[in-house]
Amino acid sequence: MSSNSPHISIALIGNPNSGKSTLFNSLTGLNQKTGNYAGVTVDKHYGSYKFKGTDYKITDLPGTYSLYPKSIDEKVACKALLSEKDIIDVVIIVVDSSNLKRHLLLTTQVIDLKKPCVLVLNMIDEAEKNNITIYKNELEKLFDVPVVSVNSRKKLGITELKEAIVKAKVSDSIFYNFEKQKQLLPDSISYRKVIESQFLENKPGINEFELADNIHRFSKINYIVAKCLKQPEQLNKSITQKLDSFFTHKIFGFIFFFFILFVIFQFIFFVAEYPMTLIEESFAQLMNFTSNALPKGKLNDLIVNGILAGLSGIVIFVPQIALLFLFIAILEDTGYMARASFILDKIMRRFGLNGKSVIPMISSVACAVPSIMSTRTITNWKDRIITILVTPLISCSARLPVYTLLISIMFAGKQSLGFFNYQGMVLMGMYVLGFASALLAAFILKHVLKTTEKSYFIMELPVYRKPQWQSVIMLVLGKVKVFLFDAGKIILAISIVLWFLTSHAPSDNINQIETNYKIAISASANDSVKTVLESQMQSEKLEASYAGILGKKMEPAIKPLGFDWKIGIALITSFAAREVFVGTMATIYSSGDADNTETLREKLMAEKNYNTQQPSYSNAVCWSLLIFYVFAMQCMSTLATTYRETKHWKWPAIQLLFMTGLAYLSSLLVFQVLN
Amino acid sequence: MQTLDTLELGQTATIIDFTDDFLSLKFIEMGCLPGEKVKLSNVAPLGDPIAIEVSGYLLSLRKKEASTIVVKILPQNTVESCVI
Repeated sequence: MSSNSPHISIALIGNPNSGKSTLFNSLTGLNQKTGNYAGVTVDKHYGSYKFKGTDYKITDLPGTYSLYPKSIDEKVACKALLSEKDIIDVVIIVVDSSNLKRHLLLTTQVIDLKKPCVLVLNMIDEAEKNNITIYKNELEKLFDVPVVSVNSRKKLGITELKEAIVKAKVSDSIFYNFEKQKQLLPDSISYRKVIESQFLENKPGINEFELADNIHRFSKINYIVAKCLKQPEQLNKSITQKLDSFFTHKIFGFIFFFFILFVIFQFIFFVAEYPMTLIEESFAQLMNFTSNALPKGKLNDLIVNGILAGLSGIVIFVPQIALLFLFIAILEDTGYMARASFILDKIMRRFGLNGKSVIPMISSVACAVPSIMSTRTITNWKDRIITILVTPLISCSARLPVYTLLISIMFAGKQSLGFFNYQGMVLMGMYVLGFASALLAAFILKHVLKTTEKSYFIMELPVYRKPQWQSVIMLVLGKVKVFLFDAGKIILAISIVLWFLTSHAPSDNINQIETNYKIAISASANDSVKTVLESQMQSEKLEASYAGILGKKMEPAIKPLGFDWKIGIALITSFAAREVFVGTMATIYSSGDADNTETLREKLMAEKNYNTQQPSYSNAVCWSLLIFYVFAMQCMSTLATTYRETKHWKWPAIQLLFMTGLAYLSSLLVFQVLN
Repeated sequence: MQTLDTLELGQTATIIDFTDDFLSLKFIEMGCLPGEKVKLSNVAPLGDPIAIEVSGYLLSLRKKEASTIVVKILPQNTVESCVI
């Protein structure tokens, strides 16, 4: 629906955990989209529905506890509600019926804005289960707006809500203390003006006003609750209590958390491999088909090796993103995530991290891309930025082929030390190094980063609920879409640049090489000779390309680390993804099939330095290269995701500089000491 | 002066006052008002943070934050249940 066609604009506002998203899903069904609020990294959920011939456009605002925002999310919600540009026609205030008192604070504030409102008593079934009776008619009278009971999980009361939205009205009730307002803020003419004025810099007197205002509101709410609510003295929270005694238990709490991590890990590391292989193979077939179907030439090469290869590199992330978010959505929906954060806060806060940083960090052993996306659950800005910045230091699965190749060169023919295997120990050492450096970097960033947002851990522990499958699926789909279209654009652009660098040369060199080899290849009768010539041609073409030239130009800079220009080329190409290092080395050393690293290993081990006649891949070089890959930001997809998740080029730039700088210095140290 | 962080598991107290201006604003919107009864219902495995029952729901907070809430601890036997 275009925003210009006639429609009624609705906003959903409510506390976090008021079941707002479920209600939003019930109202819009599949007619919804995920976007971003301008300038901030808060997800914007909007959708539409049609009722009795009228179009309704509906926005699910971020959860907020009051109209005095304390976090970026809350600020976005308040500003969107008052926006002069996208004017909200009707506000739906969503409250949790079983926790009415606290939720009514926001209700009274929104009513005082004098916009047409509807009050939704959400999750009415839970209130009934807890023997809470709400006198709806009394509430309607006191608030002077339509009140609707809804069970959004079972979609009960949705039609009544749609009817009520048509009848939404500006309330005549007033909940703020006009006298007090005049006294504290003499220039404000309405409550709405007070709320708007807090977005101006350092409004004097606003904090005093907030304190007095909220206390005044709660005294009114106490009166309303006494008149409209009947509830047992002791609330029945026994299920939540029992589950809490297990999930936050000294021993079982941690065991269960590690079990959850283990399951997530299994899924994104091993289960995701099947769809990923399928995607890879399908793209390989598609590329093969396209390459044969289209006329040979530059355009063919661009489409196949530039665009299709780039797209393949984007779609490949979908299984891991979908699986990780499936778990995160379930953990959030059930209320467990808050408990995980509760039991881990004390450890993580020392490193400037949050209890919620653990899942992204562990997940990045598989891949940093879904992990960085999953940091959205961290509400504190600074904790979230630190998690995003340090997560790629943890060794991901793309580093594994690089580690394996280098370690196998270093320890070829060496016996294991009794029970221990050298190669396994070094490999584990690299993972430990990754984790340790991530924690250390977080600790440093904690002291370096400045923030205006105050850090606190005052957080609701919601009651445990069954996951809502519709919300879970919508979240997973939304995340996949956002990745494909937002981060995907950047990844595709970089892929095309990399393709250009490796397939083009300043003069006609590449064509020359091709022509020369074509003659030789067609002249030879033997198939194995043909294969050898073919791979030698690829190697020479790469050397002549812009990437080859860059690699050679880079040599003086990377020589102190023990790297030659061949490694230089591989460093450039593996910016696409770290495992490309192995493939590029295979091309350079014309060892044929990149999947068969055995020949590559032998060629690398046989390689002698031109000047010294010493093996090029000495232990010092291998160690240096290994350390380089532990630390270096060799991944365009991670940078694109960081940009998408921070909405600022500053953060991926910092990530690139600090990680690659760390890699350079560490490799320099390692090589100079060992050599 | 008794503060919320000194409560023992299961103990109930009444909120009297706050000592931190910013945090007091946050506490109030979370329903922790002077006069409200709170009960220490859970302590994280490593001793911090803690979770309190207030206004009919569970709120977690760090001990440092809890130390800014001045309370009056109620004698155990007079409070059978946490009143909403």
